[in-house]
Amino acid sequence: MSAPVNLSARRTGGGIDRRRLRRWAGRAGLYFAVLMLISPAILVFLWMLSLSLKNELDNTAFPPVFIPNPPTLQNFIDVFQKNDFLTYTINTVIVSFTATGFALLIGVPAGYGIAKAKATKAAVLILIARVTPGLSFLVPLFLLFQWLGLIGTLTPLVITHLVITVPIVVWVMIGFFEGLPGELEEAALVDGATIWQAFLHVAMPLARPGITVAMILSFIFSWNNFIFGVVLAGRTTRTLPVAVYNVLTFEQISWGPLAAAALVVTAPVLILTLLMQKEIVAGLTTGGVKGG
Amino acid sequence: MACQAHARSSGEVVLSASVSTGSTTIPAPPLAPRGRNYARRYWVFAAPAATVVAAVIVFPWVFTLYMSVQDWQITGGSSFAGLANYRHLFEDDRFLWAVVRTLYFTALSVIAPGILGVFAAVCFATKFVGRGIARTIFILPMMATPVAIALVWTMMFHPQLGVLNYLLTSMGLPPSQWVYSETTVIPTLVMVETWQWTPLVMLIVLGGLASLPVDPYEAARLDGANAWQMFRHITLPLVWPFIVVALVIRLIDALKAFDTIFVITGGGPGTASETINLLLYQTAFAFYNLGYASAMVVVFFVLILLISLLLLNVRQRQAFQ
Repeated sequence: MSAPVNLSARRTGGGIDRRRLRRWAGRAGLYFAVLMLISPAILVFLWMLSLSLKNELDNTAFPPVFIPNPPTLQNFIDVFQKNDFLTYTINTVIVSFTATGFALLIGVPAGYGIAKAKATKAAVLILIARVTPGLSFLVPLFLLFQWLGLIGTLTPLVITHLVITVPIVVWVMIGFFEGLPGELEEAALVDGATIWQAFLHVAMPLARPGITVAMILSFIFSWNNFIFGVVLAGRTTRTLPVAVYNVLTFEQISWGPLAAAALVVTAPVLILTLLMQKEIVAGLTTGGVKGG
Repeated sequence: MACQAHARSSGEVVLSASVSTGSTTIPAPPLAPRGRNYARRYWVFAAPAATVVAAVIVFPWVFTLYMSVQDWQITGGSSFAGLANYRHLFEDDRFLWAVVRTLYFTALSVIAPGILGVFAAVCFATKFVGRGIARTIFILPMMATPVAIALVWTMMFHPQLGVLNYLLTSMGLPPSQWVYSETTVIPTLVMVETWQWTPLVMLIVLGGLASLPVDPYEAARLDGANAWQMFRHITLPLVWPFIVVALVIRLIDALKAFDTIFVITGGGPGTASETINLLLYQTAFAFYNLGYASAMVVVFFVLILLISLLLLNVRQRQAFQ
């Protein structure tokens, strides 16, 4: 990677002291700016944590109580006892794993084919999926699933989540395979390998980092998806985001369990982001992948 | 680093550079170009994905076009309605207001994250202690489950018990009605949208900043340019294509915004935050007026398509640079 451009004050000339002062001021300004940029994120996530660990009395106190004292896990216990959150967690895991796995199975070869054939026009279709609001797929698919009698099972959810995962995988993999040098596969082809063998044994191993990126991103955006679940899920087939939304509508001012539920839903994604931030950043910069 | 020219971002450069190091040991055999037929064989690879895309993306589109000219009844019957749904749409005040609100929300949701995102990218392009962890924290909002963070914001917006009004009043500022007043609801939702999606703008622009050449800066520094002049006359023009891509993506996502608005306000108070997407949800899945909803989808899509064509155009031009 080429060196990032240093934009802080670096002007030559002037006295040594003035230069040092200017440099120091530039640094201080930079740290202040970064603090200002990240503090809204810190505020929201810490507040979510704080709400989830306090009892109801502290949560509705004014002025607000910031530090839970003593912290309680009662909210989390409530979430899992009062609602069928275990089922919803299993549903979400099934849906996002299946949709991601299937998307990798068909999306990785597709990305390879499109990159090799230099068929950038084919990427237009992927882009249309990126551009279309998730709701507009739902009207026809809802009728189709109703006609097929699939409403109330997990199948419609897995199928609609492909609308999110397949474009992400194909998009990331096109970019990745375009960046790979073609010489190795060409050598394999000259040695008599078929294009499938060249793909499976030469290109695929090289593309493993790209596959990881595609897998993480499509998993996260499938996990986070709300709109397909809210329309297609029945009572027992809710995914976690839908279940959390239902907690809101039934328990208006019960903030502790609400925050605990929100934390349960988003914690896996946040932990994954913290662990794999390099891969996620690499994937996201390739063209603004986002589901729904 | 030979692959840098092909890579579209800094991240890819890192990854592809690291995997390509092994390939340099094997000399590439001279190959005659094999022409179009050779490229065409690779279509096999895309066939399964193309089938799925046809089923879940193309089929809904064709069906939506068909539905939009039908008068669909909840009892199951449906009759040809011609362009009645479309005519109705352009006479429907609720829809027209939704369009206005969507454009208002979108304009603000592009400008605010655009400016902040470019600023953040410039900050994060500079090396400093703790940059890695700061950047990770900064991108957390866009990865977090939108429903979950929307819930937290809802609790923070509470006019009496919310933490935001406490923070405002403790700083000596007047409290706000946030999402509980018709005048402040859209700016408040824009604030959430900005909080959530500024990181994406930052990442795309940061990718651009990382690919900038160093030479112009050294020349400018020798000529005595200051930091602002260098930003204005070197960085901004060079990184502009990336900013345009980021803004167009932001534009599309803002037009499509649903989760946070749906959870925080549900389109309220009244219909003060009802965007096209929210109205579409109501029409299709609360009123089951599917023919009318389909017409709405088509008009909505045409609106977004005009913008996505712009995106494609930018992408193609970028490929030549």
